[in-house]
Formats: sequence, C-alpha cells, structure tokens
Amino acid sequence: MNTDKLNFVVPSKAKMTSMVLMAVGLVSIICMFMFDKQPDDHHYHQTRAWANVFVGSFFFTAIALGASFFLGLQYAAEAGWATTIKRIIEAVTWYLPVGLSFLLLMFILGQMHMHTIYPWMAEGIATKGSENYDAIIAAKIGYFGVFWWVRTLLYMAAWIMFTWKLRKNSLDADQLGHEEAKGFHWKNVKLSAWFMVVFAVTSSTSAWDWIMSIDTHWFSTMMGWYIFSGMWVSAMITVTILIVWLKHLGYLEFVTESTIHDMGKWMFAISFLWTYLYFSQFMLIWYADIPEEITYFQTRWESYKALMWTVFFVNFAFPMLMLMSRDSKRNFFFLMFVGTIIFIGHYLDIVMVVMPGTVGHHWTGLSWMELGTFLFFLGLFIYVVLNNLSKRPLAVKNHPFLSESLHHSI
Amino acid sequence: MHAESQIREPLIIGKKTYRDISNDIIAPIEGKANRLWYILFTIASITFMWGICCLSYTIGVGIGAWGSNNGVDWAWDITNFVWWIGIGHAGTLISAVLLLFRQKWRMAINRSAEAMTIFAVFCAAIFVLLHTGRPWLDYMLFPLPNQFGSLWPNFNSPLLWDVFAVSTYATVSIVFWYIGLIPDFAMIRDRVIKPRMKKTYSILSFGWGGSARHWSRFEEVSLVLAGLATPLVFSVHSIVSMDFATSVVPGWHTTIFPPYFVSGAVFSGFAMVLTLMIIVRKVYKLEAYLTIKHIEYMNIVIIVTGSIVGVAYLTELFVAWYSGVEWEQYAFLNRATGPMAWAYWIMMSCNVLSPQFFWFKKLRTSIAFTFVLSIVINIGMWFERFVIIVPTLCRTYLPSTWNSYTPSFIDVGIFVGTIGMFFTLFLLYSRTFPVIAQAELKSILKASGESYKKEAVEHAHH
Repeated sequence: MNTDKLNFVVPSKAKMTSMVLMAVGLVSIICMFMFDKQPDDHHYHQTRAWANVFVGSFFFTAIALGASFFLGLQYAAEAGWATTIKRIIEAVTWYLPVGLSFLLLMFILGQMHMHTIYPWMAEGIATKGSENYDAIIAAKIGYFGVFWWVRTLLYMAAWIMFTWKLRKNSLDADQLGHEEAKGFHWKNVKLSAWFMVVFAVTSSTSAWDWIMSIDTHWFSTMMGWYIFSGMWVSAMITVTILIVWLKHLGYLEFVTESTIHDMGKWMFAISFLWTYLYFSQFMLIWYADIPEEITYFQTRWESYKALMWTVFFVNFAFPMLMLMSRDSKRNFFFLMFVGTIIFIGHYLDIVMVVMPGTVGHHWTGLSWMELGTFLFFLGLFIYVVLNNLSKRPLAVKNHPFLSESLHHSI
Repeated sequence: MHAESQIREPLIIGKKTYRDISNDIIAPIEGKANRLWYILFTIASITFMWGICCLSYTIGVGIGAWGSNNGVDWAWDITNFVWWIGIGHAGTLISAVLLLFRQKWRMAINRSAEAMTIFAVFCAAIFVLLHTGRPWLDYMLFPLPNQFGSLWPNFNSPLLWDVFAVSTYATVSIVFWYIGLIPDFAMIRDRVIKPRMKKTYSILSFGWGGSARHWSRFEEVSLVLAGLATPLVFSVHSIVSMDFATSVVPGWHTTIFPPYFVSGAVFSGFAMVLTLMIIVRKVYKLEAYLTIKHIEYMNIVIIVTGSIVGVAYLTELFVAWYSGVEWEQYAFLNRATGPMAWAYWIMMSCNVLSPQFFWFKKLRTSIAFTFVLSIVINIGMWFERFVIIVPTLCRTYLPSTWNSYTPSFIDVGIFVGTIGMFFTLFLLYSRTFPVIAQAELKSILKASGESYKKEAVEHAHH
C-alpha cells in the first residue's frame, strides 16, 4: 500500500475552486438581496433571496445528516462492505455543525421578522382582530412558537451529539490495539441503534417543522419520509462522487471496485425510493383532489410546471436509465456524470419544495439567483468536507469488518 | 477471495459437512411423519373443511350471509384479504430484497418464506373471488373484449390495479420459488430409492445436472428475478393501500399509506415466518440451520418494521390534528375512543408496544417468547386492517347513516377456514419439499459454519 497516500492533503486547486465558488456565490447573494423586489406587493420583502439562502442552508445540512444516518445504519445493520469508505462518510457528516448554524441563523432572523418564510412566525397571526390573523394557523399555533423552538434545538443537539460520538469512537478505536478496538465497535453499534430510533422520529418531525410548516395550511403525512429520502440519496451521491474523485487523485487504493459498484447501487435504489414516495404523495393528492390538499400541487402546477417535471424526470428517469447496467456503476466517469446531474436534481427538488410556499406566483423561473446561492453553499460544503477529510487518516485500521471490506468482491 | 469477520456469529451450528446438510434436509421427505404432524394436519384440514362449508354456503345464498351491512359494506372480506397479502410479503422480501443485500442468514428461511407467500396469496385470492358475490363471473375482473358480455373494467379504480398487481406478484413469486427449488429437487432425485419418487423428482428437477453452466444460469436468473420481485414487494401493498387512500374517506385518504402498508406487511410477514419456522425447526430437528441468531435477526426486522408502523400511526394521529380538518380529527378520535376503541388499543399494543420487548437481547433470543409474540403481532396486524376499515365505515360523513357491525359466523368460518387451508398446504409442503434451500446453504458452509470458523481462528494463530 502506498503509505504517503493514506493521509489526504487538500490539493491547492480544489481549495482554490471552493474559494472561488464561495466568492462568486457571495457576490451573487449580495446582488440578489439588492435586486429582489416586487414593488406591487407590499408583503414581499426580498422573499426569494431569503428563500434561496434557506434552500442552500437546508440542502447541504441535509446531506451531512443523511451521511450521518448512513454511518449509523452501517453499524446498526452489521454491514461490512463499506468499512473502507467510512472515513469519507465521516468527513461528510461533519458539515453538520456548519450547516445547522446557518439554519439556526435563518430561524433566528425569521423570528426577528427579517424574512417571511414561516407565515406562523408573523406577529398577530393567532390574535383575533389583528390584520395578520389566520384562523387555520391559529388553530394549530400551539405546535409552533416556543414548542417549535424547543424541538428545533433538541434536533440539532441530538444530531450533533450522536454524530460527534460516532466519529470520536471510530477514531479512538484506531489508536488502540486490534482487540481493544472491538469495544469501541460495539459501543458504536449500540449508539447507532439509539441514533436510528431518534432519527426515525426527528427526521419526520423536523421535516414537518422546517419544511412542511412553510405551507402552514397544508399537510401531508408523507412529507417526513419524502424529505428523508431526498437527503439520503443526496448523501449517497456526495459520498460516491468524493470516492471517485479521491481515486482519481490516487488515494483510496484499498477501496475495491465492488465497493464503488455498491455505492452506485445505493444511488440507484434510493433514487427509486425517492420516486416512489414522490409519486405516492402526488398521485394520492391528485386523485382525491380535495381542496385542503390540492392547493399545494396547484401552485406548483400553475407557476412551477417546468421545474416540477424537470425534478421528477431528472431524479427518476435519469438514474433509472443510466445506472441500470452493471458496467455503468463501475465506470467512474459515468458515476460522476450521473451523480452530478441528480445532485443538482435534488437541489432543485428542495427549491420546488420551498419556493411556492414563499415566493408563490412571483416565481419567474430559475435564474442566476438560484445558481449563485447554490454555488456559495457548494463552495462552503466542499471547503469544509475536504478540510475534515484531511484531518484524519483515510483508512480505518482496527474495524472488525475491515477484512471483509478489503476483500469485497461481487 | 471472500472474507468473513470473526465477530460474525456462525449461521450453521456444529460440525456439519455437505453430506450432513443433504441428510438433514431430506429426512422429512424420506422418513415417515410423526404423530405431531398427523395431529396438526388433522386439525388444519378439519378447519379447512369448515371453511369450505361456509364458503359454499356463501356462494349458495350470496354475501348476505356475511355481517356486512348497508354502511359497512366492506368488512371481514377486505380485512382478511389485506391481512393475507401482507403476510405474503415477507417471502418476497426475504428471497429478493435480502438477496440483493447479500444477507446470508436468509438462506435458512427463504424457501419456507416463499412457500408461505404463495399459500398466503391463495388465501387472499379467495376473498377477492368471493366478495364479488357471483364468483362464476369473476373473469370480468380482467379486461376482456366486450364480446364476453362484460364492460371494460374501470381502469381508474385501484381495485383493478390490485388484480394486475396481485396476479403479477403471485406469478413472479411462484417462478422465483420454483427456480430455487430445481437444484434441491435434483438432490432429492439423486438420493431417493423408491422408483415412483425418483420419477416424480426427476420430472420436477427439469434435468438439472449441476454443471458450472447450470449454476451460472441459475445465479443469473435468480438475480434478474430478484430485481423484478423487489419493485413488486413495494407495488403490491402500495396498491392495496390505494384501495383506501385514493378515496375521500377521512382516515383512509392519507399520503403515508403506501410505504406504511408495505412496512406493516413485512412486519406481519416476518411474524408469520417466525411462527412457522419455530415449529419447523423443532418438528424436523433443524436447530443447526435455524439458529437462535436467525431468530434474533428476524426479531430485529420486526422491531424495525414495527417501529416504522408505529411512527406512521403517530404521524397519522398528529397530522389529523394538525390538518385542522374536522372530519379527519373525528375519524381518529372515533377510532381511539369510539365504540370500537377496544380494537384500536389491541392494534396499538400488539403492533407498536409489543415489538419493543425485542430491544432486550434476552427476550429476542428466547424461542418461547418469540413464538408468543409472533402470534400477538399477527393478531395486531389483523386488527390494524379491521380498525382502518370497520370503525371508519360505521361513522362516515352523515351521522344519520351511522351504524354498527357484527360479523356473522359465516364470516368467522371463512376466515378461520383460510387459516386451516394455509396450514394444510404448509404441512403438505413440508413433507414433500426441501424446507431449507440446501444448495444455497451449502454455499455458505465454509464461510459461516461454526466448525469452519473455529478452524480459521486456529489457523490464524499458528
């Protein structure tokens, strides 16, 4: 094994790229806040700009969270094949504190009435007689307010704590002998089982709280699982692209082609899961066509039709056709290409989830605003993840399933 | 080179050779049935016959013989249908999904789980065929040309989607099951002495020769079928859920239904596999292959799927309140506190609370406890469907149409009869078919057999 390739050094080109992305993104975000006006609508306060920042904050945080979930899943399911790529997953998870800070900032600014992403945050929304009064929101206001904040902080604390501990145990195990390390492995198995339980509840409730409550009147029992499937597939794409890129740079000699093939299968399979949940939610609401629910898709159908169909086809047909064959999942160029496209597809999915409830009929189609915000958060994400990656050895040493993964062949 | 970590527990206990595996699996087929088998078979077939009587009576006088009434026009028939289809799901999950996930422990249970699937689909089909009231006209379910005297079926109806989904599912399950059986039938053909048995098994094994080319094709086909069967695991129960969810009935129309039904189906299916396999391992002395570890793994699947179902129940409750829609809110209030609240709480405690006992290693590795709980779960899952269907239909939009429901003894008879039929078929199967996929099991012997694992450790120390 080539020992000087066991520790990752961020290539200066990559560092430069992430910096440029952030700089370009930042400039566009500033411009976006300057130009985003709707003079004829006095309820509109740079809504699209704020919504864009929210989309960027949420999407990349969700990737880190999805990676965290997948890391825990590996332990809880006693999976051995992915041991060699564990450090890559771990590096992605630790964007979580950065991403959550952005989200928290967004929530605080919302509570300070800087933006109007969450209608229920508006003053007097539940007070009869107020000009903002909304009877439907007033009926469920008990779920928002202080209770909402308590939940939000609890999710953040729980996810950070579990991820931090999983990562710490994993590193500690490698400082010890082979036998002692097993103790840390079992600790992580137990921890992951708890994490899965907490995640099962919080992934749904956080999707209701942070995403579904944007369209405060509307409700769908599927929303939690739908958002979850999107974050999961985005995380799988991110990890796959990272592995392929690192291989290209000459790292990760010990990761077999079969492991990458399996990551391709995950991209393929979870794309189907996302499609299944998207379709089920859409079809049932469309079929029943009751006024309480159909409004959600009506807005999307009227003002976001192109985006809606793009998201569906890019995230469904594309991976289905391109990743079906075995060869395509072993072709690094293909994985990179398809991965990048569906990665963007899932970003657009979040755009489609957030914009109609905030920007509404002011939407004019995708523009430089969405692109610029995406580039900023992408640059930040790349910077943080590569930095995380360089802080730990790329290979795990003592994991009890390591030999299974090193010899993984399918 | 294939490697297996030493911390993985062995999946075949003791010092078994390939020959031992053949001997152990063929024993129930070659040997005579013991008394326990005859007792069980008698009970099952008598129950089955009682079911046939009730079924014939229904065909004779019509479905007025059932407890269904003007408001509650769907009751035990659809409940039983969904219950049986759900039970059938574990077979495909174990054979297809766990194959794709390369779970070696599936090899001890997949054969019987698939057999169970097929029998469960038969049981479910009875209710579909019967609930039309005139089963001799059931061919009208299929889109036949109008010259046959029927109108084209309504393609907008999820009930028609069911016809396609379930028949596809049954077909693929049978093919999948049979393909897996071929090498095992060949093993029996090569072993048995009685000429008639030899002849039968040689026809059944399709001239299997065991050459490398046969094996290569076998694996290819298995993988393709697994790929086809996996979407079916999702589609069948999703479409079953759409029978309810596409309607505008409060308590039925909710978007989470498809994945939640799929999870519930796998949950009840695994419970039924456990019930059957705990009996099979005892009666046929297969403890070396169906180990405590297997039971533990299945129990973990039960915790996971049961908890997913639990999350879905709570999601429904929460969103009913959150929606602010009075009808939605009342539908759930009625379920939990109305006249049939007892059924709701049976469902909650059997499906959500009881699997949580499996968090304790002591309980999930206890055979007796698992056996009891596997039955408790299937009772709970029957009540889940009952709760969704009957209390909802008892109280719909118009209070003046509210009524109650009591099943007739014919309802009970047909349902119990299908349980009898299920066990009759399973008992017959277990005496004539290899209950464990021995050819597949042999492929993991050297990597996961207890004695081989021990040898590998000793080898590493020297």
